[in-house]
Amino acid sequence: MDSLGKRNVLIAIFVALAIIYIIRLVFLQLVDDSYLRSAQQNVLQEQTIYPARGLIYDRKGELLVYNDAIYDLNVIPEQVKGLDTAMFCKVLGITKDDFIAKFEKMKRSVGYAPYRPGLFEKQLNIPTYAAFQEHLFDFPGFYVNVRTDRKYKFADAAHVMGYIGEVTDRDIEKSAEYYRMGDFIGISGVEKSYEEVLRGQKGVSYVLVDSKNRTQGRYKEGQFDTPAVAGQNIELSIDHQLQALGEELLKNKIGSVVAIEPSTGEILALVASPTYDPNLFVGRERGNNYMKLLRDPSKPLFNRPLAAPYPPGSIFKILMSLTGQQEGVLNPSTSYACHRGYLFVGCHPHSSPLQLRGAIAVSCNAYFCQVYRSVVNNPRYPRVENAYTSFHDHMESFGLGKKLGVDLFGEGGGLLPTSKYYDKIYGRYRWQALTTISLGIGQGELGITPLQMANATAAVANRGYWITPHIVKTIDGKKNPNPEYNNKHWTTIDTSYFPIVIEGMHDVVMAGTARIAQIPGIEICGKTGTAQNPHGKDHSVFFAFAPKDNPKIAIAVIVENAGFGATWAAPIASLMMEQYLTGKHDTRPALLDRMLKGNLTHKNDTNATTQTIKN
Amino acid sequence: MIQTQQPKPSKIDWLTLVLYYAFVIAGLLCIYASVYKDTHPMIYDTSMNYGKQVIWIAIASFLGMLILLVDEKFFYAFSYPIYVLTILLLIAVLLLGTTVKGSSSWIEIGGFRMQPAEFAKFGTSLALARYLGGFNIKFSDRKVQYISGAMILLPMVIILLQNETGSALVFASFIFMLYREGLPGYFLFLGFMMALFGVLALVIPSLYLIIAIAVFAGLLTLMIRRNRQNLLIVAGVAILACGYVSSIGYAFENILQPHQKSRINVLLGKEVDLKGAGYNVQQSKIAIGSGGLVGKGFLEGTQNKFRFVPEQSTDFIFCTIGEEYGFVGSVLFVMLYILLLWRILVMAERQRQKFNRIYGYCVASILFFHFAINIGMTLGLLPVIGIPLPFFSYGGSSLLSFTILLFIFIRLDANRQNELRGAFE
Repeated sequence: MDSLGKRNVLIAIFVALAIIYIIRLVFLQLVDDSYLRSAQQNVLQEQTIYPARGLIYDRKGELLVYNDAIYDLNVIPEQVKGLDTAMFCKVLGITKDDFIAKFEKMKRSVGYAPYRPGLFEKQLNIPTYAAFQEHLFDFPGFYVNVRTDRKYKFADAAHVMGYIGEVTDRDIEKSAEYYRMGDFIGISGVEKSYEEVLRGQKGVSYVLVDSKNRTQGRYKEGQFDTPAVAGQNIELSIDHQLQALGEELLKNKIGSVVAIEPSTGEILALVASPTYDPNLFVGRERGNNYMKLLRDPSKPLFNRPLAAPYPPGSIFKILMSLTGQQEGVLNPSTSYACHRGYLFVGCHPHSSPLQLRGAIAVSCNAYFCQVYRSVVNNPRYPRVENAYTSFHDHMESFGLGKKLGVDLFGEGGGLLPTSKYYDKIYGRYRWQALTTISLGIGQGELGITPLQMANATAAVANRGYWITPHIVKTIDGKKNPNPEYNNKHWTTIDTSYFPIVIEGMHDVVMAGTARIAQIPGIEICGKTGTAQNPHGKDHSVFFAFAPKDNPKIAIAVIVENAGFGATWAAPIASLMMEQYLTGKHDTRPALLDRMLKGNLTHKNDTNATTQTIKN
Repeated sequence: MIQTQQPKPSKIDWLTLVLYYAFVIAGLLCIYASVYKDTHPMIYDTSMNYGKQVIWIAIASFLGMLILLVDEKFFYAFSYPIYVLTILLLIAVLLLGTTVKGSSSWIEIGGFRMQPAEFAKFGTSLALARYLGGFNIKFSDRKVQYISGAMILLPMVIILLQNETGSALVFASFIFMLYREGLPGYFLFLGFMMALFGVLALVIPSLYLIIAIAVFAGLLTLMIRRNRQNLLIVAGVAILACGYVSSIGYAFENILQPHQKSRINVLLGKEVDLKGAGYNVQQSKIAIGSGGLVGKGFLEGTQNKFRFVPEQSTDFIFCTIGEEYGFVGSVLFVMLYILLLWRILVMAERQRQKFNRIYGYCVASILFFHFAINIGMTLGLLPVIGIPLPFFSYGGSSLLSFTILLFIFIRLDANRQNELRGAFE
């Protein structure tokens, strides 16, 4: 081979190699686009921007719920390379099994993708967070996301405000994957019913990160970013001072208080006892605390004021008085004699015979059994069932026997039997007034929730209408946009029939069974009740509104297994009305003290004796 | 008869010079891009690599000009002293050097570090050219073969002892020059086959390879004339091949250092180590692959800018080209590089003096070897061997040594019309 030939051999070798490299470049740069993707995954990190959840205030502008920073450890599984697991676990304070389990859990969650950030460990405590930040470079793929958790300023109104918790797979599916695993969602109370208002809108930010996972800036000047929209603030109709007093008064008792502003339907207080500190549902211990509360035999998670059905007792006597007048079988001067009861329904001693107003004042059982009988056996109707249906509809128009549509979850409908119900029990045409006579005094197959009781009281106070009770007054300064909360639901009773009943209720407080509830200078209309409880001691019931003219507050108080209405429920209602109307509740220290110290949670409490008669 | 003729400017090979500066400037831009930070936007900021590189380019240009002004006989006359000097420097470094990243091949002078191994390349080239270009020297002589072999192996071994495997391997590139000067062609083939079988031996269990060799040898004996001599050759080659193949595994396990083993394993796909040895290659491929057809544009390469590619301004500088200038830029680069090599070979062949020609072949061989290994490594085709890309990679030693290497040849070429060297010896 001559010398130029040898040179050409070398040139051929050079060119051959160049061609091999160019072919390789074709594959790397033109054919295979996985490298481009990898490059983007290298540097592009999708960061979710969590908006601040809306704050919650009471009706006077007192802050009730705010946000607090928490630190979630997130991971992009695909970017986890060569992790020193031992060190990682040490920094986080977990075991290797935990580590594996967490990864497995993440992989099973809805919306999992290796390139998508997933939640690895939630809510690092501050020292762990600090330690982890130091080691962040050692753990590629991991980063800490700062989020906010709720803080409840006061340990009360738990059932109103509810709590937030992590989304379930079902929540994620239902939300069309708006939520990601580890996100918070309102689980009960206002947090749940106004979730979409409070949560705002999550934002997305694409940032460039370097090889050490350090942020280097925004991707394309942020043109693909979506800003987060902060959640809207909510002003509750709750008066926090009133709420707090109610919870204080019901401490060591089982029961409910619901207070409503009659003219607006705004719920002023919604007290459940036993209750819990809403802050138990904040932080890492959320799950454990939840299980503890769930297993608590006193059922602190049960939303009594909204859901617990009680025998309505005396509220029925008031409604019966109105129905009787409307149906034309009763007028203010109708009088019935009381012979210590009516049939098998007993009564307590009082003067007899009585007219309507007097019968309300002394709560005569016999009188209202008579009224009931005359309503149901009204000859105006062809059959008893028609008369009963008419009676049923009157009751229903006060919001009994159905859900009212409060803006909180967990509302119960109570029980108001229809004629069909009795047909089923007794057979068609085989029952009449006397068969169901106990309904006349609010016993029997009846269930009414404290909310319904307060609402019916408000309807009486309004002389004939009620507005659906609701807990949210304004959203971001604007009136609650739900038009339903502006509607007046007129009852089927003419306004003209109310004054005599209201006078009777006024007498109850001035001279009747609830004199203990008197507040100097305020005209209170109320009615005590002692709801017969088939499972134990009777429930102490009181409902009232005040002032008599232009009512500002309607309230229903039920203290379970506490005996007479006047013993516990009436003083509690009185103290709360005083608080709301005057801003003070300490003008009657002895009464206040007795209420606060009363402990009715012990089974062998001798404070009240078992009563079989109704007052 | 001493000539003191100065080179006339027209005789300087302008194409080579233009290519040199094109590479150096492009390299500087790549270095700038690879360490670019908004906070240090000035290219002559000497606290940054690119700022230093500007200084190195200035020094290299000055040095290059100096070389062009020096009498070309200087290099002939001083070739042996330069060779000896570089060998002495290598030994000195071995004994006194600073250890950087596991290799003790650096000496520090002032604030700058120098790597004498880089300078040994042109030192050895000069010495080889002088020796093989001498009168009555024929490469076919055994003695000549041994002496030139020893001249190559001496610096190679010292550099190996410095733990600088990549630089040592560069000396193997002289095989191309030797081929031109009379080394039988089958040595090139042999070298290629050894490399091929070496890789195969690492991937495939050596037993299978030995069986394959035996079968191949058996088939070969059926096809050739079965005389005694041929059979002996086939058998001998086959036995040597088997021995070689089985020794590879042993050498791999016992001679190579762990990081070298893992680099090879990663390349062969035997080991997935995306944090360690594989990380470089993976990130390098990602950077190049993400460039697409026309690249992301100057300073827009995210992989380089955000330090995903390690050693990006030195050994992995090609990633910046691939990412920011894409397929078009990469191919242009490869073609320009081959153009330079081709040009050097053309220039070498037009020399009237053997010394010049041999030196030219040495330059081309060294540059080609660097190019082949460096680009092959960044493309994930070859194991990670840390050698720079001439004229592109950041680093004073490498830029200065390649400049000297090339400019000596430009200087020699400028004077190519001179009479044969022997005339005044």
